[in-house]
Amino acid sequence: MKRRFSIDRFLAQRLGVSLITLVALLTVIPIIGVFGYIIAKGAPAISWEFLTAMPRDGMRAGGILPAIVGTFYLTLGTAVFSVPLGIAAAIYLAEYAQENWLTRLIRIAIINLAGIPSVVYGLFGLGLFVLFLKFGTSILAASLTLSIMTLPVIISAAEEALRAVPQSFRTVSISLGGTRWQTIRKIVLPQALPGIMTGVILGLERAAGETAPILFTGAAFFLPRLPGSPLDATMALPYHLFVISTQVPDMPIQIQYGTALVLIIFVLGMNLIATVIRSRARAKRQW
Amino acid sequence: MVDKIVIQNLSLQYADGTESLRDISLSIPSNAITVLFGPAGGGKSSLLRCLNRLNDLTEVRAASGKILLDGENILDPKTDVIALRRRVGMVFARPVVLPMSIRGNMVYGLELAGEKRRFKLDEAVERGLKLAALWDEVQDRLDDPAITLSGGQQQRLCLARVLANQPEVILLDEPTSGLDPISTGKVETALQELKKNYTIILVPHSVQQAARTADFAAFFLQGELVEAAEGKEIFTHPKQKRTEDYVEGRFG
Repeated sequence: MKRRFSIDRFLAQRLGVSLITLVALLTVIPIIGVFGYIIAKGAPAISWEFLTAMPRDGMRAGGILPAIVGTFYLTLGTAVFSVPLGIAAAIYLAEYAQENWLTRLIRIAIINLAGIPSVVYGLFGLGLFVLFLKFGTSILAASLTLSIMTLPVIISAAEEALRAVPQSFRTVSISLGGTRWQTIRKIVLPQALPGIMTGVILGLERAAGETAPILFTGAAFFLPRLPGSPLDATMALPYHLFVISTQVPDMPIQIQYGTALVLIIFVLGMNLIATVIRSRARAKRQW
Repeated sequence: MVDKIVIQNLSLQYADGTESLRDISLSIPSNAITVLFGPAGGGKSSLLRCLNRLNDLTEVRAASGKILLDGENILDPKTDVIALRRRVGMVFARPVVLPMSIRGNMVYGLELAGEKRRFKLDEAVERGLKLAALWDEVQDRLDDPAITLSGGQQQRLCLARVLANQPEVILLDEPTSGLDPISTGKVETALQELKKNYTIILVPHSVQQAARTADFAAFFLQGELVEAAEGKEIFTHPKQKRTEDYVEGRFG
């Protein structure tokens, strides 16, 4: 009786583990599917001309250079605003803030900021940056809009990275006559930097792939030249993909998939850099 | 022998109002090892942290009383705590080396204070490491990460790092609690040498260590200072029954 019971339990255990493993494996399928499909369909379109030439023939031929450059500029512009602000906010929250209503309010704001649909950011950016501040449809307005969207990601990641630095380092630094700021600058920030970088890149990566926030604030349908100043509108990879997939009749399919492939490589490249930074820092970490 | 630190009617309490130390008065002489001992939770560590105002980082506040360092009340809000912490250094129970080289650890405090001259820094590195009996073991590898040292070496580095700041008082909070007997011996020997030039206040990790090292000793029990006397006195002829019971191991 007892023996049979234990065998049943053993079987149930095996069955359960197999099921869970299977489900876990299932999650890999969409990833492989998406990549395989896009690579298979898009790779033939990739050529030197595709990456370095202007679009021709109503975007049905030529290259996608302005979209690549535009996405690069937008990502850079977003970094310029969101990285210093995000890190500063994270330092405040992790190192200085007392637990009071103000801090709670800031945290609630950050959480809610992260939950707002990206198209709402686009509308907000249109109202504030494009119209009210008169930046026009421009790289500047789009970067600022993307920055607001990216901020919660950067703040949360940076705060977590700062809090992960052992408290004992701070105590020791202060006991040796360090001020709070010296302690942050000399010990806490350098130790947290890889974690912060990872969060920054992941945040920017999301910004690079977004369409909705730049739709009304900086993205151009078609520009036969590269943007010359932050106040110019620009083409961008995600929006370009949207345009050539839905707005242009008789679009050669491999150009769409070629564009998607470039976008994915751009974003995955950033992801890869983040992963490398993280694993290198883990290997070097002394705590 | 002069009194370096005079504690007058000091009461400490936690943020929630519970008492940590009750009306303590104690004089700590210079150039000697004063041991604060007693069972856990007696308030020794809290007191130690008040002596360099490290309690500012914690929940413990001084509710009343004074701590005079060379006659100046360091609990005064106007005290320059940065300068105070250079004068009153601290070694913690767990060796915490900063994530940098051995040399980096040694010059950290001086660089914070703005010292940039290479010869001054080199001098401090050598002097501190020699005083902490670590120089011979690390002089050829000063640029190695401090984390590569053994536990005992790390703790001596922590002591050396405090000494590089040229403090007047050294606080040690159970500095040998994680160390093997040989490393413990090295630290205790170093302390005996150091007391010639410094005021040393030690929270020992055992009564035995208290008895071995104390020139003066104060027995703390549940927030109360039961008895303070010369080390020889308190460990052989304690005046209070509670001290005697603790020293002889009847409770703990």
